[in-house]
Amino acid sequence: MTSVRTLLEKPWIWSFVGALVVWLATIAFTGGYGAGGMVTAALSLAVFTVIVGVGQMFVITLGPGNVDLSLPANIGLASAVAMKVMGGSDSMIVVGLLAALACGAAIGAINYLLIWALRIPPIIATLSASFIIQSVDISYGRGLQIKPPPGFADFTNWQVLGIPVLAMLTVVFTVGAALALQRMIYGRSVLAIGQNIRAAWLAGVHVGRIRFLTYTLCGALGGIDGALLAGYFRGANVDIGNEYLLASIAVVVIGGTSVAGGKANVPGVWGAGLFLVLLLTMLNTFGVSAGVRLVLTGLIIVGVITAAGGEKAVR
Amino acid sequence: MLRGLLPALSLALVLIAIAWLNPRAISYFGFNLMLNLAIPIALATIAQMFVIAGNELDLSIGTFVGFVGCVTATWLRDAPLIGVLVLLGSIGVYALLGALIHLRNLPSIVVTLGMSFVWQGLAILVLPKPGGKAPDWLLSIMSFKPPYIPFPILAALIIAAIVHFGLMRTSYGVILRGSGGNAAALRRAGWSLLRTKIVLFALTGLFGVLSGMALIGITTSADANIGNGYTLLSIAGVILGGGEFVGGRVSPIGAVLGALTLALAASPLLTFMHIPPDWQVAANGAILIIVLAARVLISRRER
Repeated sequence: MTSVRTLLEKPWIWSFVGALVVWLATIAFTGGYGAGGMVTAALSLAVFTVIVGVGQMFVITLGPGNVDLSLPANIGLASAVAMKVMGGSDSMIVVGLLAALACGAAIGAINYLLIWALRIPPIIATLSASFIIQSVDISYGRGLQIKPPPGFADFTNWQVLGIPVLAMLTVVFTVGAALALQRMIYGRSVLAIGQNIRAAWLAGVHVGRIRFLTYTLCGALGGIDGALLAGYFRGANVDIGNEYLLASIAVVVIGGTSVAGGKANVPGVWGAGLFLVLLLTMLNTFGVSAGVRLVLTGLIIVGVITAAGGEKAVR
Repeated sequence: MLRGLLPALSLALVLIAIAWLNPRAISYFGFNLMLNLAIPIALATIAQMFVIAGNELDLSIGTFVGFVGCVTATWLRDAPLIGVLVLLGSIGVYALLGALIHLRNLPSIVVTLGMSFVWQGLAILVLPKPGGKAPDWLLSIMSFKPPYIPFPILAALIIAAIVHFGLMRTSYGVILRGSGGNAAALRRAGWSLLRTKIVLFALTGLFGVLSGMALIGITTSADANIGNGYTLLSIAGVILGGGEFVGGRVSPIGAVLGALTLALAASPLLTFMHIPPDWQVAANGAILIIVLAARVLISRRER
């Protein structure tokens, strides 16, 4: 019993419970048909939310006001860069991935540069940056109709025993992120800054360097995500990242990470990512119209956050 | 001192650039054309300013403006009573959101991001395909041509004056801004923070409704996505106008000036400079960055 209780006290458990409930509701509706396929599909799609969600989580953990609004534009541009560099040839896959990674990391670094040099809130810095990135993408990616190399497209859709390989790799990545957060100086510094930036600074944490690293990391993850999305959906697109603004923030919050900063939760990002994808699958299965689907998605997100509740102010 | 003038200076700079590139644009008709969409942008910016005054952010204002637009172009024309009730109800929803955010201590960014989906979905349900038509009375208000002063400028002056008086010159306006400045002090002084939050959100809803109606009065028909750009424009307008994200430091006059600057910089200036439409969004971002950089330089010197 005690083990159940400790499990229930974990903040991330509720996102998994939510995902499970939604999945059960859907298969109850279909009479059990497509239960396995749904999990496979959910895993493949959740991967993209989880990758940017982890980046966003590190940024949000830096404390109030820290959020990266440039992710959608970043993903869009990186998807175009990856496709152009790969040029449809299998031999260029790694180079293309590195290019997308570098593009994303550069965007993240520029974001922090704006925050640091202009001393403006991250929301406005990443927002202004995203305006510019969006234009660069529109102009750079105009009429871009390069298909991903066949090897890359196959890789992003590759499954073993019904489990997408990309999802397995992302699990490995998230375990790494969790270790980095809880066991490495970098992660502990991020948490310390989020709890009290001044105390962290007085304790000798390199606040500037850590924040720079975090924004760059988040940007780089956005870049990789863009490349993978372009592979999965067979082509780059300016709007490919649009849904990841809400999704990246929502998975962080639903997953039990504190929006006030200083408290992060990696497993919750997976639970929340699966929850969001399964929710969409469920609404599609029920055959509701686009309008109803949007309304329900919004209401459920607001509902989940209301139920999870905000943090009581520490000070 | 100089910092307070920055919003006006940025607007003047954009105007000078336009006058230099195309002197004929600086005329009664030129301003009417160039500032065509300035009224809804200014109203949306004022809406955003109210939540920012309370240290919150509304990421749903754009889709809300779109929703209001769809209601205006359908129900408000065909069944005015229902239309009015729906719009009043939506302001009520905003008030409830304020209460919810305060009572459960929720992050407004996430709640309003969720709500942005709700408004967009409702807009699609009200008006599945672009169309509808603005009520005639609204069309005649928006096409009003006062003598000498172009209507958008007159409207901007009136909006700025009314909101400035309400928020900066009345005692409850001070309380509203105080809820963003020092909430703990207000609570100890016996003011209800729940009430200030509800009032601020309701005001955001009210000006969002006005923005959506003004927009439809100009475009004459609606589309569920018509307001989507307004979320970012409104935040940018508040910040350009000298507002700060925390501390209840906002300026209604600045916000209207910021909105006018964005409205002018967004398309007329770029068209005159022969900048392709691809880069118009970037220009907005660049203007924002330049103004903020100028602000940092000025603050540093004044310290």
